[in-house]
Amino acid sequence: MEYWLPIIYMGIMGLALLIYVILDGYDLGVGMLVPLAGEAEKDMMIASIGPFWDANETWIVLGVGVLLIAFPTAHGIILTSLYLPVTIMLMGLILRGVAFDLRVKAGDHRRGLWNKAFFAGSLISSSAQGWMLGAYITGLQASTTSLLFSALIAMTLPALYLVLGCGWLLMKTDGELRNKAIGWARMAIWPMGLGLFMVSIATPMVSESIAEKWFTLPNALYLMPIPMICLICYGLIVAALNKPILLSKNHSWLIYACTVAICLMASLGLAYSLFPDIIIGGLTIWESAASVKSLQFTLVGVVITLPVILFYTYFVYRIFHGKATALSYE
Amino acid sequence: MDFDPFVLARIQFATNISFHILFPAISIGLAWILLFFRVRFTQTGEQAWEYAYLFWVKIFALTFAMGVVSGITMSFQFGTNWPGFMEKAGNVAGPLLGYEVLSAFFLEASFLGIMLFGKDRVSNRMHLISALLVALGTTLSAFWILSLNSWMQTPTGYYLENGVVMVDSWMEVIFNPSFPYRFFHMLIACLLTSAFLIAGVSAWRALRNVDGPATWKVMKTGVVIAAVLAPVQIFIGDLHGLNTLEHQPAKIAAMEAVWETEKGAPFTVFGLPDEASKSNRYAIEVPYAASLILTHDPMGEVKGLNEFEGEHPPVAIVFWSFRIMLAVGGLMLLVAWWAAWQLRNKNTATKPLLYSLAAMTFSGWVAVLAGWYVTEIGRQPWIVSGVLKVQDVVAEHSSATVGGTLFGYILLYGFLLASYIGALLNLSRKPAASLSLSAINAPQTVNKEV
Repeated sequence: MEYWLPIIYMGIMGLALLIYVILDGYDLGVGMLVPLAGEAEKDMMIASIGPFWDANETWIVLGVGVLLIAFPTAHGIILTSLYLPVTIMLMGLILRGVAFDLRVKAGDHRRGLWNKAFFAGSLISSSAQGWMLGAYITGLQASTTSLLFSALIAMTLPALYLVLGCGWLLMKTDGELRNKAIGWARMAIWPMGLGLFMVSIATPMVSESIAEKWFTLPNALYLMPIPMICLICYGLIVAALNKPILLSKNHSWLIYACTVAICLMASLGLAYSLFPDIIIGGLTIWESAASVKSLQFTLVGVVITLPVILFYTYFVYRIFHGKATALSYE
Repeated sequence: MDFDPFVLARIQFATNISFHILFPAISIGLAWILLFFRVRFTQTGEQAWEYAYLFWVKIFALTFAMGVVSGITMSFQFGTNWPGFMEKAGNVAGPLLGYEVLSAFFLEASFLGIMLFGKDRVSNRMHLISALLVALGTTLSAFWILSLNSWMQTPTGYYLENGVVMVDSWMEVIFNPSFPYRFFHMLIACLLTSAFLIAGVSAWRALRNVDGPATWKVMKTGVVIAAVLAPVQIFIGDLHGLNTLEHQPAKIAAMEAVWETEKGAPFTVFGLPDEASKSNRYAIEVPYAASLILTHDPMGEVKGLNEFEGEHPPVAIVFWSFRIMLAVGGLMLLVAWWAAWQLRNKNTATKPLLYSLAAMTFSGWVAVLAGWYVTEIGRQPWIVSGVLKVQDVVAEHSSATVGGTLFGYILLYGFLLASYIGALLNLSRKPAASLSLSAINAPQTVNKEV
């Protein structure tokens, strides 16, 4: 138990954060695209994420929650080192969360202001999350390289969210707005690629043990599917964006699905690199784990509720499947 | 001036939690009231009940969003500001917070989507169930967070191993001695806050003749809830006080500003507690009343602050917060009964009553905040009573970092609070029928040429 529980929890935390990225990623992306759209399109875009954003955001609470439950020491170290980006991200999330409602409820003369707040909040949160990821991968060091790297990821992670957002709009909207989404995705795909590439080469450079894991035989061979699938999916996205006929009819999901596959591969790669550290080169998952009794107690809850949560999340997406319709933001 | 980062960190957390509590205080109560409107509409088919639901569900959505975003902040701040708390008490706090996320957050957030947008996509039954699940979710969330908070006040079911809290019995941790009192006291506070909010806004709308029948139905609902629950709240508050006297006598001593242990202690109605001279200046006292209230015996012994030298909470702020809570609570009872009497006997409300109800719209907020200050500041200097002190768990950040972000939070929260009340006013001016119209154009036709 003492050996397996922390591993199980690391898996749950990874799953929660992966689901967060692919779900809240698209609604943050849509938020960043709002200024580029016309007035009616803005309403349609926000209507397309209206029923989902709140539950999407809950996954980050679960991810951080699991970090807190299972690895309290690491939770303290990570969040204390990331104090400023975390605070900035929170302010961004606050701003966009309330802008959803206030843009239609604060009166027509305020709508422009809340549209801007919605955009700003989405951008700030996405960038701050990029910074946090960059700082985490470089071992939470305060060195110049680490800062530069964090800044680079802060600039490129929003591009991943933008592509997810465009993928979402392709599925949920029609007409001119859909065409625009393709155009936006064409621009966002390049910084997204750069960000993924940088994260992939930075991790082995930060730690020798990680480099060893990836570049020795036969491990390297078993791991080949990860970068290969990433490259294939990336190529598919680029191809589809340049030949939009591929996206017509029943293939609207292509961009979103490929981006999700890339996120899945990236997180698998990252998990493999990190294990068994929770703070790279600092602390292993066993060193920072909470007591066995507490972990067991929570695991019961996780085993019962997580499938139920996944089921009703699926249920809600079923109910609102298909193109977004004219929803008033009640 | 040199600010102590420890003090700043505490002010920052207090600012966040004070801002946050305002919204759950409404959404927990309002969720059940909305379910009531929704059920009444299904039963009677009256348009007034539908309007009542349509209007208040909009305010609910806004309130809920404010609560969610400020709540996410809290979950991160445990780590950014109080890492020591998680290191030492994480074995208790982690699972309780975890169960809150797993059992409540996802439930309410997911079904809120159906409740707000799914009316035309699901059956009436499914829509009702969604409203019920949202209400259940908000209450479950209160259950877990108050369990943790109560454990921090009256910890049981644990033992210490190298200074780290380890769990002995989860039943004793969750159902710790102060939990039942605090949980029901808070739930009723939420219902009262919502009752005065809906009655107050409806009075304001009635004065402007917006939405005739629906407005009056909502006002009556609010008044009935308030009139019934205000006395119940006083009764439960009294039980809660007795429980506190048993487990946290230092808090009671500060609430009553009793400096020396005495029998037949007076109740100080007014006074300026002075920690330097250990006395109350300008005190107006009711003899024997404190002993009578606290021990139900005029000659009962009340422990004084002298017994907790150096380990008792700051006196003046706890003393005054308690009095503000009592005063607002008393006022709520009077106004609720006055309104209930008028609506029952005359079947209408006079202008003075409507103005009074409107003035009391946010009275619940004042009482809830004052009550929280009593209970949270009253726990100081401990973060977990008798186990862990606040000063031992704070993160080491510079004053500039904490002060700067605190300034940012204050600006943001001030702006949001003003926007929230502004939006409430804006919505209140409009009839529910106009709000139910779609704010969004019809979907564009499918464009085959991509």
